[in-house]
Amino acid sequence: MLNKNIYLILIISLVFAISFWIGFNVNLLPAEASINAPIYDELFKILFIIGLIIFIGMTIAVIYSLFKFRKRNDQIGDGIALEGNLSLEIVWTIIPSIIVLLIGLYSYNIYDRMGGMKELNHNHEMMSSNTEKIWAGISQTSDNEIAINNLSIEVSAMQFAFLFNYPKGNFISGELHVPVDQKVSMKMESKDVIHAFWVPEFRIKQDIIPGQPTILNFTPTKVGKYPIICAELCGPYHGGMRASIVVEDESDYNEWFNKNKKPEVNL
Amino acid sequence: MTISIDPQKTNNESLQPKGWLRYFSFSLDHKVIGIQYLVCGFLFYLIGGTLASAIRIELASPMSDFMPRDVYNQVLTLHGTIMIFLWIVPVVNGAFGNYLIPFYVGARDMAFPRLNAVAFWLIPPSGLMLVASYFVDGAAQAGWTAYPPLSITTPQSGQIIWILSVLLLGGSSIFGGINFIATIIKLRRPGLKLMQLPMYCWAMLGTSLLVVLSTPVLAGTLILLSFDIIANTGFFNPVLGGNVVVYQHLFWFYSHPAVYIMVLPAFGLVSEILPVHARKPLFGYTTMVFSIMGIVVLGLVVWAHHMFTSGTPPWMRLFFTIATAFIAVPTGIKFFNWVATLWGGKISINSAMLFSCGFIINFVFGGITGVALAQVPFDIHVHDTYFVVAHFHYIVYGGTVFIIFSSIYHWFPKVTGKMLNEKLGILHFIITFIGFNLCFAPQHWLGLNGMPRRVAEYDPQFQFVNQISSLGALLMAISTIPFLINVFLSVRNGKDAGDNPWNALTPEWLTSSPPPVENWEGEAPLVEEPYGYGKEISEQK
Repeated sequence: MLNKNIYLILIISLVFAISFWIGFNVNLLPAEASINAPIYDELFKILFIIGLIIFIGMTIAVIYSLFKFRKRNDQIGDGIALEGNLSLEIVWTIIPSIIVLLIGLYSYNIYDRMGGMKELNHNHEMMSSNTEKIWAGISQTSDNEIAINNLSIEVSAMQFAFLFNYPKGNFISGELHVPVDQKVSMKMESKDVIHAFWVPEFRIKQDIIPGQPTILNFTPTKVGKYPIICAELCGPYHGGMRASIVVEDESDYNEWFNKNKKPEVNL
Repeated sequence: MTISIDPQKTNNESLQPKGWLRYFSFSLDHKVIGIQYLVCGFLFYLIGGTLASAIRIELASPMSDFMPRDVYNQVLTLHGTIMIFLWIVPVVNGAFGNYLIPFYVGARDMAFPRLNAVAFWLIPPSGLMLVASYFVDGAAQAGWTAYPPLSITTPQSGQIIWILSVLLLGGSSIFGGINFIATIIKLRRPGLKLMQLPMYCWAMLGTSLLVVLSTPVLAGTLILLSFDIIANTGFFNPVLGGNVVVYQHLFWFYSHPAVYIMVLPAFGLVSEILPVHARKPLFGYTTMVFSIMGIVVLGLVVWAHHMFTSGTPPWMRLFFTIATAFIAVPTGIKFFNWVATLWGGKISINSAMLFSCGFIINFVFGGITGVALAQVPFDIHVHDTYFVVAHFHYIVYGGTVFIIFSSIYHWFPKVTGKMLNEKLGILHFIITFIGFNLCFAPQHWLGLNGMPRRVAEYDPQFQFVNQISSLGALLMAISTIPFLINVFLSVRNGKDAGDNPWNALTPEWLTSSPPPVENWEGEAPLVEEPYGYGKEISEQK
């Protein structure tokens, strides 16, 4: 009996070791280019390891049973008449409950760090005039921070393009330029059907909905050019609905901004 | 106490056709209706599978070059709709439910045989109508979710036919659900207690409750959507002040429980198959029953996890995360119980057993990605990507379809009196298992790295992995060939099965194979221990 327990402990430790090794050494995710990305990858790693332990463990249990308890040719009759084991069943109710609850609390914490639990009604004045209702999104900044943030961009999506309006510069661009390490706040609205704004390297996604503005805030951390992908089926050319986000140094960004800026027209 | 009403023998029985012709008639025999559901479902599975192959051919190259883009969207819409509403739901509920439930409760037929026949005969016309809509003005192309405003702005005829077809199929599903509830509650033979029923009855009771509670919501939603399309109303049309997110809430209020409508019966079926071939009682009967009911209750309050990136307030996201993740607990109990059922058995390694074990492995994988997807921050990145596509195919194909095949290998001798060929069966399993995992496992990586779902074109860096996936799809298509050969050969020339080839204890095996019209020659047997394997041995000791 002791021997059996030792084997069991050995196998369980081996499953844990393999899962942790894979979890830490196999990278399934694209580059990390925003504040969100490392937070996301931390959650992913933990879920990946827990998932591997459960999956490898269950697979071993099934395959082992098939080999160990297979019916040999000379065998007749049935297996043992074991109809249940209450303490065992309680164990495998309570342990998964605890794991699931811990994962839930942990992901709540992750979501909070991403800014998901912040209130989203940053347009106080507008709200009173009942013209706008912000629905959803990720906000990493408080109301005041957005008010002084130069980088509020208005995104409009239509079949099959994104347009980025820079109100401060009074111009519209088809390519999203942002300076590195600065908070960007986007208000997004669709002109026709539902689209979605997704940058895989930033680990953020938000639907762009007709009739209901959504906001999405993020802070890029790595200079480079990344794809903006529409993730919601929006028509025949949905697969081709792409744009780019260019993250650049502040000086490069300012140069680009000033080149495109139009003088304000006073009517 | 329960009242048992022996259904009157239908007085027009002599008018019913005999032989193979009865499968094309308005038969009232639950066994005939069950086979009608199964064969009809399988034909639609072949159509849906052909559409899936077309999708994988298109995705073998990064460019949209195999079919026009709007046709591609029609293909993916039809693929989803056919596989869900015409293959999986009718087969795991209608086919096996109709065939098995009357045996399990000790009745001679379902509670409402005519309603039963109507429920089946709604399916072929609505299915054909759906497929034929392609030839009218193009089929629906807004995906099986039909989100407005896309579904309002795409060509109308296809979308309206789609709505009509799904409404009829939903009606069929509700008729079936009412019938199962009535049969399980009211038609049990005297002396048979609820807690003595085979597990599939409990699964069907839970499933039918979900069908009856949630399908009407889908019907109402689709009727409102059709008003928006044909009568210019503005329920979901933002141009007229409508709200597109409300549609998503209403749609997923049905369509998430629909996942359980597709997997709970499979949980029931595998609970019948494993004890027979492992020669052991089902482990933890009572916890299995409670976990089914737990899944039913939780399944009704998790729908908004499909909408984490649409407009939902933060508190709602939190609630739906926790509720969704907690479904893993009752589901996990079932999987641990099945492994414990295998443990210490005398397992026959045959096609039915292999497909059931394949189901356990695939579903555990899909369940793990499901718990991950329930976490809002995780979901925000992978929502609407190939990660999700991979996840739900692990659930509905790796899970339910594997169990459908397992069930066919298990009950074929009962239905026909002939055995299926085991060698071809095992070949079928091996190709299906390898093909399935080759097709869908790589798609997780695609989704994580930036490939959205429902696209006809993608970045060239994803080509290699997509080609692996397409190769897997090719294997899956090939895997149906040994299966079809096996069925056609065995129906005619299969080895005689005898009445009870597996020495099973559940009531359907305690009659002749194939069973007589009235199910048993004499009175229905009272089976108090449907899983009493190994009992005689322990008594002898």
